Amino acid sequence: MQIDRRLISHFDWTLFLLSLIFVFIGVMTIYSANYNITEGHAGGLPSRQLIWLGFGLIAMLTAIAFDYHHIDRIAYPFYGIVLLLLILVLVIGHSGGGSQRWINLGFFRLQPSEPAKIAIVLMMAKYLQDDEPPRGYRLRDIWLPFALVGPLVVLTLVQPDLGTAIILGIVFLSMLLIGGLRLRSFLYLVGAGLALLPVGWHFLKSYQRARILTFLDPDRDPLGAGYHVIQSKIAIGSGRLFGKGYLHGTQNRLDFLPAQHTDFIFAVFSEEWGFVGCLVLLLLYVIMIAYCLRLMQRAKDRFGGLLVFGMVAIFFWHVVINVAMVSGIMPVVGVPLPMVSYGGSALASMMFAIGVMINVSMRRYIF
Amino acid sequence: MVVRTDINKQDGAPELRVRARLLYVILILALLGLTTRLAFLQIIQGERYTFLSENNRVRIKRIPGTRGMVLDRQGQLLIDSRPSFDLLFVPEDSEEPEKTLRLLARYLGRDDQELLTVLEENKKRPAFEELVLGRDVDWSTVVAVEAHQLDLPGVTLRTRPRRSYVQGPVSAHVLGYMGEIGLRQLKVLKDQGYVVGDEIGQYGLERRWEEILRGQSGGQQVEVDALGRRVRVLHEVPDVPGYTVHLTLDRELQETAFEALNGKEGTIVALDVNSGAILAMVSTPAFDPNVFARGIKAEEWRDLVKDRLRPLSNRATQGQYPPGSTFKIIMTIAGLEEGVLQPEARIFDPGYYYFGNRAFRDWKKEGHGSVDLHKAIVQSCDVYFYQLGPRIGVDRIAKWARAFGLGEKSGVALDDERSGTVPDSDWKRKKYRQPWYPGETVSISIGQGYLTVTPLQLANMMAAVANGGTLYRPRIVSKVESVDGATVREYGPEKIRTIELKPTTLERIHEALADVVKEAGGTGGAARSTLVEIAGKTGTAQVVEMKGGYVKTEQLAYFNRDHAWFVSYAPVQNPQIAVVVLVEHGGHGGDAAAPLAKKVIEKYIALQNRPAGTQQVRAEGENRAN
Repeated sequence: MQIDRRLISHFDWTLFLLSLIFVFIGVMTIYSANYNITEGHAGGLPSRQLIWLGFGLIAMLTAIAFDYHHIDRIAYPFYGIVLLLLILVLVIGHSGGGSQRWINLGFFRLQPSEPAKIAIVLMMAKYLQDDEPPRGYRLRDIWLPFALVGPLVVLTLVQPDLGTAIILGIVFLSMLLIGGLRLRSFLYLVGAGLALLPVGWHFLKSYQRARILTFLDPDRDPLGAGYHVIQSKIAIGSGRLFGKGYLHGTQNRLDFLPAQHTDFIFAVFSEEWGFVGCLVLLLLYVIMIAYCLRLMQRAKDRFGGLLVFGMVAIFFWHVVINVAMVSGIMPVVGVPLPMVSYGGSALASMMFAIGVMINVSMRRYIF
Repeated sequence: MVVRTDINKQDGAPELRVRARLLYVILILALLGLTTRLAFLQIIQGERYTFLSENNRVRIKRIPGTRGMVLDRQGQLLIDSRPSFDLLFVPEDSEEPEKTLRLLARYLGRDDQELLTVLEENKKRPAFEELVLGRDVDWSTVVAVEAHQLDLPGVTLRTRPRRSYVQGPVSAHVLGYMGEIGLRQLKVLKDQGYVVGDEIGQYGLERRWEEILRGQSGGQQVEVDALGRRVRVLHEVPDVPGYTVHLTLDRELQETAFEALNGKEGTIVALDVNSGAILAMVSTPAFDPNVFARGIKAEEWRDLVKDRLRPLSNRATQGQYPPGSTFKIIMTIAGLEEGVLQPEARIFDPGYYYFGNRAFRDWKKEGHGSVDLHKAIVQSCDVYFYQLGPRIGVDRIAKWARAFGLGEKSGVALDDERSGTVPDSDWKRKKYRQPWYPGETVSISIGQGYLTVTPLQLANMMAAVANGGTLYRPRIVSKVESVDGATVREYGPEKIRTIELKPTTLERIHEALADVVKEAGGTGGAARSTLVEIAGKTGTAQVVEMKGGYVKTEQLAYFNRDHAWFVSYAPVQNPQIAVVVLVEHGGHGGDAAAPLAKKVIEKYIALQNRPAGTQQVRAEGENRAN
């Protein structure tokens, strides 16, 4: 492939550097979350996250290397591979923490529900790229995306991974809305969703029900699920305005959180950096998202705009759901903080997403 | 496929541009929402959370539900839950954990190394977790800890109900024992609310009825001060006591059976012939479940597991033995029902029986002379049944044995029941890929060869013989009650099957079994009682084959001696109870087992007339529950 020199001059350094800042904050906080005072080190997780960053950069470069219009061709094959992997994970998957989410590749445990998020965005962008009907899409026009996304959500739900399933569904809906779904059709969907809630409830695992009930009524299980949220709130709250200082958090050292370097990493961060730190981190996310929204508006074509929107929607929902859950305004569902939480599959997927956005950004001047 | 590079789209997508404006608004709203929440937690409530975090003041105190009691059929206590104290230590609550433990050791007069070892072993666990320094500690420890509480930060006492097995080892195998939950069990049962350190039924009734007996643990989320003392309860979940379980066992009959087996290895099973209720089930040697309740020591456990006499096995349901001559009951029924056997016809028994070129010996060297069916049963003539066996054929023998529940698990609600083996030609083909040899049928005819049964199966067979052909499922639990006395579940008689038998068959077998005990020359004379007329059959199960001739029991090495059986029911008219006795390596059934069956049956008859005063114990039990 021949690389146009203009591409290099148009490389989107802003997006690239922003993403590195998040990874830096992540590795730092993972280090703190695993820091053992008596032994004076934090074990192997921080350096492993750096290895995942290496994989992530490869994923990002892959996403940048070819003209994003080629995604039109790989969207469905990519979907097919992810679907196969999700089925495979149920058959030969590796269990951890009561659910079956990983495929063991020896050096690396692949979590196919992470690329599934990307697959939905690629597929939806491809499907919605043509001009929308004059009065928007009706439900009957978009049965195919439902048929394609449905299996991904169901396969993720049975792992069980409620958090990812919610992300998949909500990103899908976001893309439908931005792609021109009629408002009335959207309301139908919401109505149907509400009507199906009791059915969905039936399929949830007992611990998932417990978490939701605990959220609705914190007194319900103060000894189990309720305890974790309480401890997470203590961690955040005790950070106060300026935090306790790096490596000086006390809550995270007590192993009270089931996933202090993954889903609950925001609690660890908040305790050490306080309200000011949290505000900086949230603002960084907002800056990045706003920057991407701007990018979406300036994309060369509808396909590029939809791709950028989808990727940024993944970001947005992750941040909102994760912070809301850790600070106790949403039930605890397993959703990582993007680029910051520990996890190879998630980091690589996010870097790939950023790669796609850089790709769109770079090629907006090229005809 | 062609890559779309639509020239018309070079202006981008105006509709997306418009919609994106709304997205900025949503983004700002989300930022405001999350920031408000964080400001609330970190600024408005920051002080409170700082306070809570500084001393890690929120603790979980778990209170396990009181486990259910177990009562016998008269409502007398078999298992009680009594209060006890565990000594705990939370290292984090003490500034200098080692110093505190040394002080504690001094107050208790204990060796401080012992306590420091506990601390050392649990070094890797989080410092806020409780360490158990002692379970079920004595009263002086409780007093010492309470008195010096101020000098002993982090040291606490926890009350928890402790299992108490009222009769000690008597009903050990039925009731089972409790133990700390294992890591593998925990993995499976985590969803059901078990946590590390929980006690769980590991054997017998305690294990099989775990869910019923367990109850639900409650607990408190409490705020504690720097010394680990409770300041206030933030949340509380009440514990729910487990259900009370009523058994069909009779505590006094258990006692009698256990005493009868004193010093022997064996088992006694007594069934209500008209319902399948298990009235007694003991197995010796036994163990004391109370030892498990207080926390068994490693060497005690090792001794139990390594003991050659297998005290942990319930011989009644897990022991598989050749039935010996007791199997002649099945042979008789099969012969009569299949029309092969002419009961009046006599054969001559010279003391041996040739089949092919092999001689099968009678237990009586000089033979029984001229024998008909009645005499063959009463005197347990082997030659009579040797010649009968091949005429019935192994498959028909197996059919009748299975009809009476041999070769299959009875389905009693106790764990790890064994099924025994009822061989037939199919079975042998599958297992050994060999045809059945008729000579093997000869061994089966006197209950030897591949044939094995559990004592419970024989008891159930005897009950079905006594009641005229109804096979009930043996039951151990009669009723499950909540603490307030409401019946939760009741278990009545459950028929496995009705065996169609000719009245003449029953009449003959009943008469012969009565004469085994009553008639002069009967092998079961030792079971003759002045209180009640008993019917029965003796059996002697060979452990090793006697090739060399007749040897007296005393001359054999202990583990080579025969097992002694006695299967019985009483009263002969209108039977109520079936009793099976097995004495391992006891020698002849008539000498070693029959007298024990008699003791149990006589006790049962005496209990039938027992005064009403025993109900008082029950009231006492109820008070404790409340």
